[in-house]
Amino acid sequence: MALPDIKEKWTYKINEVTIGAIEQEGGTRGKTITVGGQTTLPLLSFEGNIPNKPVVAGYIANAVPDWPDTILKGIGDEVKSPVEWAQKSVQEFKVDLLSIKLIGADPHGKNATAEECAKTVSDVLKAVDVPLIIWGCGDDEKDSLVLQACAEAAKGENCLIGSAKESNYRTIVALCMANKHKIISEAPVDINIGKQVNILLRDIGYNLNDVIMFQTTAALGYGFDYVYTISERARIAGLKGDALMALPQICDVGGEVFRVKEAVADEDALPGWGALEKRGPMWEAVCAGNYLQAGADIVIMAHPVAIKNIRQAIDKLF
Amino acid sequence: MALTAMQIYKSLPRTNCKDCGLPTCMAFAMQVAAKRKALAECPHISAEAQTDLSEASAPPMKLITIGAGDKTFEFGQETVMFRHEEKFMRPCGIAVKIPASANDDEANAKVGQINNSVFTRVGEKLKVSLCAVCLDGVSNPAARAALIAGKSNVPLILMSESPGTMKTALDAVKQVKPLIYKANSTTVEDFAALAAGAGVPLAISGSSVEELAELTVKAKNKGAANLVLAFDTDKPGETIRSLTIARRAAIKKNFRALGYPTVVEMKGETPESETVIGAMFAAKYAGILMIDYCEPWELLPVMTTIQDIFTDPQVPNTVEAKLYEIGSPGDSSPVMFTTNFSLTYFSVAGEVERSRIPAYISVVDTEGLGVLNAYAGDKISVEKVVKTIASQKIAEKVKHRKLIIPGLLPIFRAEIEDTSEWKEVIIGPETAREIPAFLAKVWK
Repeated sequence: MALPDIKEKWTYKINEVTIGAIEQEGGTRGKTITVGGQTTLPLLSFEGNIPNKPVVAGYIANAVPDWPDTILKGIGDEVKSPVEWAQKSVQEFKVDLLSIKLIGADPHGKNATAEECAKTVSDVLKAVDVPLIIWGCGDDEKDSLVLQACAEAAKGENCLIGSAKESNYRTIVALCMANKHKIISEAPVDINIGKQVNILLRDIGYNLNDVIMFQTTAALGYGFDYVYTISERARIAGLKGDALMALPQICDVGGEVFRVKEAVADEDALPGWGALEKRGPMWEAVCAGNYLQAGADIVIMAHPVAIKNIRQAIDKLF
Repeated sequence: MALTAMQIYKSLPRTNCKDCGLPTCMAFAMQVAAKRKALAECPHISAEAQTDLSEASAPPMKLITIGAGDKTFEFGQETVMFRHEEKFMRPCGIAVKIPASANDDEANAKVGQINNSVFTRVGEKLKVSLCAVCLDGVSNPAARAALIAGKSNVPLILMSESPGTMKTALDAVKQVKPLIYKANSTTVEDFAALAAGAGVPLAISGSSVEELAELTVKAKNKGAANLVLAFDTDKPGETIRSLTIARRAAIKKNFRALGYPTVVEMKGETPESETVIGAMFAAKYAGILMIDYCEPWELLPVMTTIQDIFTDPQVPNTVEAKLYEIGSPGDSSPVMFTTNFSLTYFSVAGEVERSRIPAYISVVDTEGLGVLNAYAGDKISVEKVVKTIASQKIAEKVKHRKLIIPGLLPIFRAEIEDTSEWKEVIIGPETAREIPAFLAKVWK
């Protein structure tokens, strides 16, 4: 039986953004990663093109995250060394690229200096040849120093730098332009602020073709529905022609899920909920899979079991 | 779907006879569209037009009920493609399969496991909705169906490709009104007769969405009115596309042949991939997700996905405005307040838990708004905070008079100190995630 024509006429293309630079492009990466470029919603290839599959960025950090031992053990002893963690993520976990969070720079924590952070970034870049995403520690004041030093240390590598917010975007734009990096624009679970940050970036002359949107990430069960819907609405707006929303999206799943009790508490605390060893990685993988369906182009993930299952899901579905 | 005045007008005699009491047929049509007049008030409307119109005004996706008595599951009657357009009406149900390879003891054990798969999460009860009994390959299908029907706390799906096997099993458990699963192009007429005879819903699969549409029409012509579109996951990407196509055709084009809810059967997956891909189907657009495994670590992330996605986005999620005790706080534990927007509360509570410092959290009723929105919208004030804290009798629980306030409301400090017994107000962090470090520092 003939079906009615149900195809949507999308009019716009999501920006295509490449991260990393190989030798000819002034960097030292073995490959680059390109995301975006779609002219349709995730998976709906019958009404548009999906030139690039979503990618998995491996979570690494310059301090051991405050995750439960069960989860850290799943990753391995390498969490103590950003370089070894990076190598293991690329070689064993088979991530497409890496995302380093410089949580060790936190003034309330290890308080690593900007120079120490820059050294870590250089060491990671030497140890692996995948593209790199670099985040500060979340303290604007400290991050302006840390990201400046790291951007210089990674000059020419076309890294993705996180993140530009209303409060600090000028600093981030300056250091990215001077050192040839790209930007993550961040807004806290608010589609209007998300758009506003992109307007600010555009208005000071930064090319939105070099920006990836970060609507922050909520763990499954903790505001996940808000971010899922914002991601979906942003993608629909982009495809309908809103150039300020037609940007690829990134989700920090690994960085978020291992804070919520379903992904960190063992069975003693949650009787009948099953072993954390299994439940934790599934919480991460399911959360990531759902975001992919809403419009995420890059998911940052930590646990090898979660990474493996998301990679399989991407291969099967996309 | 509501009809427009124009659609109704086309089916009227268009004679402007005024017998309905209105000056023109168009005026009458407008009144009917606005539901102020019934179609029957036109004395000249043909029976044919009346049937057409009542059919056209039926919801674009049929509501289907599986089960009987106090064991029922309802799905269908969805109205939108995206939750932000309105909301998703009925949470996706999880059905767990009892394999044919299981002997009676094993089958019994699995039903027990399904019955026990009940979890409470953020105040809501989550459970497996249906028990799916595989019959092909079972030596006595009628006995197996009866065994499960007797033991299960939830309604049943009977699974067989053979109309003969299905008839035997259905005869044994007709009274529990199971979903029969599933007919295909060669068996659709036999299955439809079976479903119509027993008054049970029928799932149908097709080799393509086009074929599926043909088969539902065939089944309907045979008297089976309660249909379910069945999909499997041999090619999961294709399945997601087919689900989208079927739903768009039904909802946006009012295409009746696909105006039924769906069931997605996961096939040949590992427990992990079944969980990850299954959750994606639960979000888009399975009415029932049929799975093999039911360990808590597999079910919980899928159930939580369903819980989140099917939340009504128009209604702010709230928690009860009362005093919450995190850990086992004592008379020297910290006291803080936050809003009753559940996202805010659960973020704060989660981080306090993570800090391992037992504490009291006083939740102020802000009508479901977060801190900044509540302040901007005048839903939180010093007066309200002071009153709330007094009514929750926190002062009787602690010896100190230190109150931690949200970092986004620093201007509340002086006024709280001036107007209440809480004489030492401490400005907390702006975001929940800073709470553990903050507490460790200020609460020694």
